[in-house]
Amino acid sequence: MGWIGSIIPLDNLGHYLHWHFILISVSNLIVIGLMIVTFVAALLLPFPGRSRRKENQ
Amino acid sequence: MSTTEIDRQWTTRLRRRAAGKLPPEKLLPDTQPAYVSSWIYVFGVTTLAALVVVIVSGCILALEGPQWWHSSNIGHFVNSTHLWSVEIFFFAMIVHLWGKFFMGAWRGGRTLTWMTGCVTFFASILAGFTGYVSQTNFDSQWISTQSKDGINATGGGSFFNVLNLGQMLMWHIVILPIAAIALTGMHVLLVRIKGVVPPFEKDTEIAR
Repeated sequence: MGWIGSIIPLDNLGHYLHWHFILISVSNLIVIGLMIVTFVAALLLPFPGRSRRKENQ
Repeated sequence: MSTTEIDRQWTTRLRRRAAGKLPPEKLLPDTQPAYVSSWIYVFGVTTLAALVVVIVSGCILALEGPQWWHSSNIGHFVNSTHLWSVEIFFFAMIVHLWGKFFMGAWRGGRTLTWMTGCVTFFASILAGFTGYVSQTNFDSQWISTQSKDGINATGGGSFFNVLNLGQMLMWHIVILPIAAIALTGMHVLLVRIKGVVPPFEKDTEIAR
């Protein structure tokens, strides 16, 4: 697993974004961004077999 | 024993009530309504699957202990599995929460389903926090010393001492897992009793 450390520097201090009273680490912001992307994708992407089920009803 | 006496027994009454509220075909249904064919409906069961991995990996960590998870390769692997399953658990739970919030999932007498979900969420946050302070490393020391002032400021520090590793570990591996599993079980049973909430337009159609 040592190769991960050669791509992503894991020994450095974390990066933080600071705006007025808001202080958030970049890693946490990325996770929040991924959750929003997943949420939107879940609403927009077609579900397998959806049209077949509608026809059956 | 006469039939009347049998009818009066608490076991008979409880069985009849449970079977009436949740018959087997409702507990484990073969089909779901057409509107459930959407990706937004898969995050509840994703959360549940992640919870199973959290519990299994947590049980293995409890069997072997901190020395093992800090020093051996398999210990590192199970420790990481525990962490990443928790990450997936919270990730899926948040997307599930957003989905249910925007579809007003408390409609149609589902208030208790919504509330058990909310309380499970808060119990899970507390379980995650006590897990972070039970790691027995510098990270857990840092988190507990930083958080003690916040908790002391609320007055909660008198009975919930984040610097007391024994207490935090017991909360993490006994009290909170019991609460999370019981609440999740109740939440899932309520979903089975009341059914999956329909979309808003379906509700309007039914009202017409």
